[in-house]
Amino acid sequence: MVNQPKTNIKCAEQILTRKMFKEWMGKMTYKNEQLSEEKVFKDPVHRYVHVRDRVIWDLIATPEFQRLRRIKQLGTTNLTFHGAEHSRFNHSLGVYEIVRRIINMFEDRPHWNKEERLLSLCAALLHDLGHGPFSHSFEKVFKLDHEQFTQRIIVGDTTINQILEKVSPGFSQKVADVIGKTYKDKLVVSLISSQIDADRMDYLIRDAYFTGVSYGHFDMERIMRVMRPIDDQVVIKSTGMHAVEDYIMSRYQMYWQVYFHPVTRSAEVILTKILHRAKELFEDGNYTFKLEPVHFISFFNGDVKLDEYLKLDESIVQYYFQLWQDEDDEILRDLSERFINRRLFKYVEFNPNLQMKEWMKLYKLFQYAGIDPEYYLVVDSSSDLPYDFYRPGEEGERLPIHLLMPDGSLKELSRHSDIVEAISGKKRTDHKLYFPKDRIEELEDKQLVKQIKQILYGQGEVENVR
Amino acid sequence: MLDNHAKIMQFFSVAQEVTGRKKMQKMIYILQKSGVPFEEKYNFHFYGPYSEELTLRIEELCNLGFLNEVKEDKSNYYQYNYTITDDGMRFLQQFSLDMPDYREKVDKLKMKSSRFLELVATMFFFDDLPIEETVEKVHTVKPKQKYSEEEINEAIQFIYQMKQ
Repeated sequence: MVNQPKTNIKCAEQILTRKMFKEWMGKMTYKNEQLSEEKVFKDPVHRYVHVRDRVIWDLIATPEFQRLRRIKQLGTTNLTFHGAEHSRFNHSLGVYEIVRRIINMFEDRPHWNKEERLLSLCAALLHDLGHGPFSHSFEKVFKLDHEQFTQRIIVGDTTINQILEKVSPGFSQKVADVIGKTYKDKLVVSLISSQIDADRMDYLIRDAYFTGVSYGHFDMERIMRVMRPIDDQVVIKSTGMHAVEDYIMSRYQMYWQVYFHPVTRSAEVILTKILHRAKELFEDGNYTFKLEPVHFISFFNGDVKLDEYLKLDESIVQYYFQLWQDEDDEILRDLSERFINRRLFKYVEFNPNLQMKEWMKLYKLFQYAGIDPEYYLVVDSSSDLPYDFYRPGEEGERLPIHLLMPDGSLKELSRHSDIVEAISGKKRTDHKLYFPKDRIEELEDKQLVKQIKQILYGQGEVENVR
Repeated sequence: MLDNHAKIMQFFSVAQEVTGRKKMQKMIYILQKSGVPFEEKYNFHFYGPYSEELTLRIEELCNLGFLNEVKEDKSNYYQYNYTITDDGMRFLQQFSLDMPDYREKVDKLKMKSSRFLELVATMFFFDDLPIEETVEKVHTVKPKQKYSEEEINEAIQFIYQMKQ
């Protein structure tokens, strides 16, 4: 409750009816309203997620936020690491909790504006609100942008928006600006998106935990302790450099071992091709789906309304894939069956410079064999992945991690840390060629099989060592 | 296959040489907003619209030997310059891309400073707002750049030309 002088309240009580007064008090103090006792969510990564603000509690209860329970954080990764079933809901609460803890530490430091507390918490909680099922594939195929949907949910006609506007008129736009990185206080922005932010720290640790991999861990508490706010960014006290080195190592390890795992990528390739095929059949006009793909129509047409977007969650997508196994179209049927039953594509390393001619030969051989290369011969590159690892970059390109030296100067991390310098100098790109090995082996023309395999595997067998 | 890579290569075959990653980032964004179908996804960063996807794609093209990257030491920072290689030209020839002719736009962009392109790109980023609010937003997100009224008017003109 806000400390109002007693006389004012009395006076107001006389003017307003009791009911109006109550409403007025509610509005005036909603942004400061605390729950009668602290609520906690049990969390395997942070032990507990603590909520005391009424606003946060109400935001979590909205349909738009609850929807995140039905969207997996890592999409197809669970086909490789079966533990990776955690949702965007878990992660969003985690980011909120990290920001809450950082703010507690920043409270009395210069440059931190205490008035931005609730705004930072809301932005942390809601930063991934616009993610859909298998976000990245959907974005690529249907040319969408989940961040745009995050904005639309926050400022549009939603329960989330009503709650934020109750805090103060225009507050929802502020939250959207922080998430969109266009808010005036850059320090607030950098808590949620920078090279070492709450978002990345949570997903790295959480994804390592749920996949069960033993790398990817770092001491987040330590990093929080050495974070220092300066006017437009968070920097790291130089004595904390080793904790940050671990974080950079974690990003590097998780990138290659989890996010870019070729089996996960194979599932992603098939998923993307299913969506492409369904869209193509729809656009063709001559094809009749056994079940009208109602939930997909606005996606096929490229004009997705907010309510349609919110309706499409992972279970809906899975439902269609399940049914498309019985479709008349051979490609849609086969790809859906592969995805559901995890009969994935195999892969070989591919160099688009040295092996361009081989690729063109393969393309023709696939066509000759009756296997449509548009769907069954697919190159996947590192740039198709929405993850990256740390690089210092060029001046004025994007903000790197800075160490705060004892003399008060700032130094870019890789210029001070040999480990980080070594990692950021490494080659970080990769291309692979995906194809259905089983289909090729089933071909009756054994000469053709030999010819294709010769190109794919050269003299030796599959080389999948990086 | 690799169509998005090919589109970027085609850009370099038109632009010949691009000086600085920042300038390249802004050029592709401005072209994209002017209707050239590049598919890289842009977000707002400290220095305006920036695409991580583009950064990575450029790195791939360099590693494949399609682009040549030269690192220039500018005393307090490094600048990276790009040119297309012979292998890059050969790669590009394999594709029949359906791209509009945007050579004139590239020529115009190349003549401008990266500071100015940063302004133009930022204004494009907020182009769903009425113009007064766009300008206000530019000052909010880039207080340190201190863009003058003259520069902003020039940017408005430039945007108009790019959209032609």
